[in-house]
Amino acid sequence: MAEIFTGTIWPLLQLVGLTLLIVVPLLVAVAYLTYAERKIIAAMQLRQGPMFVGPYGLLQPLADGLKLFFKETVIPSGANRGVFLIAPMVTFVLALIGWAVIPFGPGLVLADINVGILYLFAVSSLGVYGVIMAGWASNSRYAFLGALRSSAQMVSYEIAIGLIIINVLITAGSLNLSDIVEAQAEHGWYVIWHFPMFVIFIASILAETNRHPFDLPEDEASLVTGYNVEYSSMTFALFFLGEYANMILMSAMASILFLGGWLPPVAVPPFTWIPGPIWFILKISLVLFVYIWARATLPRYRYDQLMRLGWKVFLPLALAWIVITSGVMVTFDLFPD
Amino acid sequence: MAETDIVTYSVNFGPQHPAAHGVLRLVLEMDGEVVERADPHIGLLHRGTEKLIEYRPYLQNIPYFDRLDYVSMMCQEHSFVLAVEKLLGVEVPIRAQYIRVLFCEITRILNHLLNVTTFALDCGAMTPLLWGFEQREKLMEFYEAVSGARMHANYFRFGGVAKDMPAGLDERIAAWCDQFAPFLDDLETLLTDNRIFKQRTVDIGVVSAEQAIAWGFSGPMLRASGVAWDLRKAQPYEVYDRMDFDIPVGRHGDCWDRYLVRMQEMRESLKIIRQCLEQMPEGPVRTPNHKVTPPSRAEMKRSMEALIHHFKLYTEGIHVPAGEVYVATENPKGEFAVYLVADGTNKPYRCKIRSPGFVHLQALELMAKGHQLADIPAIIGSLDIVFGEIDR
Repeated sequence: MAEIFTGTIWPLLQLVGLTLLIVVPLLVAVAYLTYAERKIIAAMQLRQGPMFVGPYGLLQPLADGLKLFFKETVIPSGANRGVFLIAPMVTFVLALIGWAVIPFGPGLVLADINVGILYLFAVSSLGVYGVIMAGWASNSRYAFLGALRSSAQMVSYEIAIGLIIINVLITAGSLNLSDIVEAQAEHGWYVIWHFPMFVIFIASILAETNRHPFDLPEDEASLVTGYNVEYSSMTFALFFLGEYANMILMSAMASILFLGGWLPPVAVPPFTWIPGPIWFILKISLVLFVYIWARATLPRYRYDQLMRLGWKVFLPLALAWIVITSGVMVTFDLFPD
Repeated sequence: MAETDIVTYSVNFGPQHPAAHGVLRLVLEMDGEVVERADPHIGLLHRGTEKLIEYRPYLQNIPYFDRLDYVSMMCQEHSFVLAVEKLLGVEVPIRAQYIRVLFCEITRILNHLLNVTTFALDCGAMTPLLWGFEQREKLMEFYEAVSGARMHANYFRFGGVAKDMPAGLDERIAAWCDQFAPFLDDLETLLTDNRIFKQRTVDIGVVSAEQAIAWGFSGPMLRASGVAWDLRKAQPYEVYDRMDFDIPVGRHGDCWDRYLVRMQEMRESLKIIRQCLEQMPEGPVRTPNHKVTPPSRAEMKRSMEALIHHFKLYTEGIHVPAGEVYVATENPKGEFAVYLVADGTNKPYRCKIRSPGFVHLQALELMAKGHQLADIPAIIGSLDIVFGEIDR
C-alpha cells in the first residue's frame, strides 16, 4: 500500500501540484493581460479604459469572466454538437500544455525534455485544429470562411517560424529550451546576432496567434468575428482564454529564443540581484506590449496580402538567413560541441 | 473530365453588420473570397420623410433635414432653407450668410472626420476613430453653443439663422482651428504614412472619371476620380465666392484617393472657417421681412402690424408663393439637393430630396466586382454612406 503511494500516487500528486502551480498563475496572467490590453489601448486612444469595477477597474477581468460563466451556452441547431463543444476545449488545452517545457529559470521547468522546441512548435501548430473544428461545426458561412482563412494563415506562418527556429538551433546547438538560454549566456542574446529574424519572428507570432494586424480569422469588419461567431458563454470564454494564453506562450518563446530567457541584460551586480524568473516575466511583458501596441496602431492586412507577406517575403528571408548563418558558422568553425 | 459548373454561394452582409454603416443589407455572391456580384438592398430605414414634409408647415420641416444624414446636419438644412428662400425671394443678411458658411464647413469637418476614421476602422485601424471623436466632440460643442443641440441643430431659418452666435464663440472656434491642423498631421501619420492602410485602399474600388459622371457621382467621390467639380466654386451660393480655397482632386478614383481628397478637404474647410471668422461683419442675422421672420418682442409691444405678423407666423406659418425650385448645395457627401413644389399654401406640395449617398451606393456593384470580401468594408467605408439619407 505504502509502495503504491510512494511509487505512483505521490509523484502523481506532485505532478498535479506543479501543473497547477503553472496553470493558475497563467490564467490569472491571462485575465490581467486583457486588463492591461484595455488600459494600454485606452491610453493610446485618449480614453480611460475600465474604471468602475474595483479600484482603477482592477476587478474588471473577474467581472467579465463571471459574466461569461453565467451566460447560457447556445448551440446552433445546425451545428455538429460534439465537434462544436470539443473545439474550444482543444484550443484551450493546447494553449496550456505548451507551458510544460517553458523554463522559468535555471532548472525551473516542468518537463526538461531534449526536444523542447520541437514539442512547443508541434503544440502551437495543433492550435489550428480548434479553429477549423469550430468553423466547420458551427455550420455558418462566416465562421467557415474565418476558419479557412485561419488555417491557411497559420500554416503559412508556421513555416517561417520553423525556419527562424532552425537559425537559433544551429547557433545554440540544442533543442532543449534551457540549453538555448544557457547558450545565450555564452554567445550574447540571439536578438543581436539574428536581429532580422527576431523582427520576422515577432511579426510571425502575431500572425500565428491571429492578432492584429493579421487577425483575419476574426476580421470584425467583413466576417463579424469569424470562426467563433456562433459561440457564447464558456465556450466563447475558452477560445478567448486560449487566444490570450497563446499570446503569452508565444511571447515566452520569443523571450527564450531571442531575448535570453531568464538571463539579466548584463551579468553585473545590480542586474544579477533580480531573480531570473522576474527577468523572464519582464521580457514576456515587453513582447506582449508589442502585441498590444500593434493592435492600437495598425490597420489589418487583407487575406491575399498576408499570404504574400508570409510566402514571398518571410520565407525567402528566413531561408537566406539559414544559409548565411550556417555559412558563417562553417567558415569560422563556430559550431558548439 | 466532365465540365462542372462552379456554384457561387451567397453571403448575406448585414443588415445588422458592424461595417455596413447603418442598416445596409448586401447580398454578395462569392466565388471563394472573390465577390462576383454585390446587390445592395435598401429601405430598412425608410421613414417616409418626403411624404411627412408635405404635411408640415415649412418651418416645421427644417428638423427633418437634420435627421436625413445625421452627420452633416446643417448642410442639409441649408439646401432646404435656400430652396424656400429662392421661392420667397428674400435676401439673407450678410452676417447670417457668413454664419451659415462657417457652420457648413464645421459640418463638413464633422462629417469627414467620422468618415475617414470609420473608414480606417473598417480597414482594421481602431485608434483614428477615437482620436477623431475627440475633435468631433469639440465641434459639437460649437453646434450646441449656437443651437442648443449637439446634433440635430435646427439652426438655419428662412432669411437667416435662428440666433446670432453667442459672444466669444468666434474666439473659441479660432482656438480650435489652431489645434486642429496639428491634429490632422497626427492622424496622417497613422494612416497616410501607413503601408498597410495603403495596401488596403490603393486600386480598390476604382471608378474612372467617365464612370463617375455616368453614375451621377458628386462631392468627394467625383473629385477623387479626377473631376474638379464643386458647387461651392461652380455655382457659388452665400459668401463662398468671397472665400479663397482649393478643390482637392484625385487621380485614380480608388479608395485611397477618396481618403486623400477628404483629408485635404478638411484642411480647405479649415481655411474657409478662418476666413469666415476674419471677415464676418457685425449686423442682423435675420431678414427684416416679417412675412418670413418673426418680429422682435419689443416691436410687438409698439406696432400693431408686428403683432399681426407674429400671430400669422405662429398660427399659419409662412406662405410660399406657388412655383417650383431645385436647389443643390455642396454637402460633405456630395450634391444634396431639394426639389420643392409650392402651391401657395403654408405647406410644400412636394419635396423631392436628392441624396448623394443613394447615388453612390448604386455604384457599389461596379466598384466591388472582382474584389475580395475584405475589400467590401473598405469600399463601403470610402463611399461615405449614411442610411438616414439613402432611405429617407
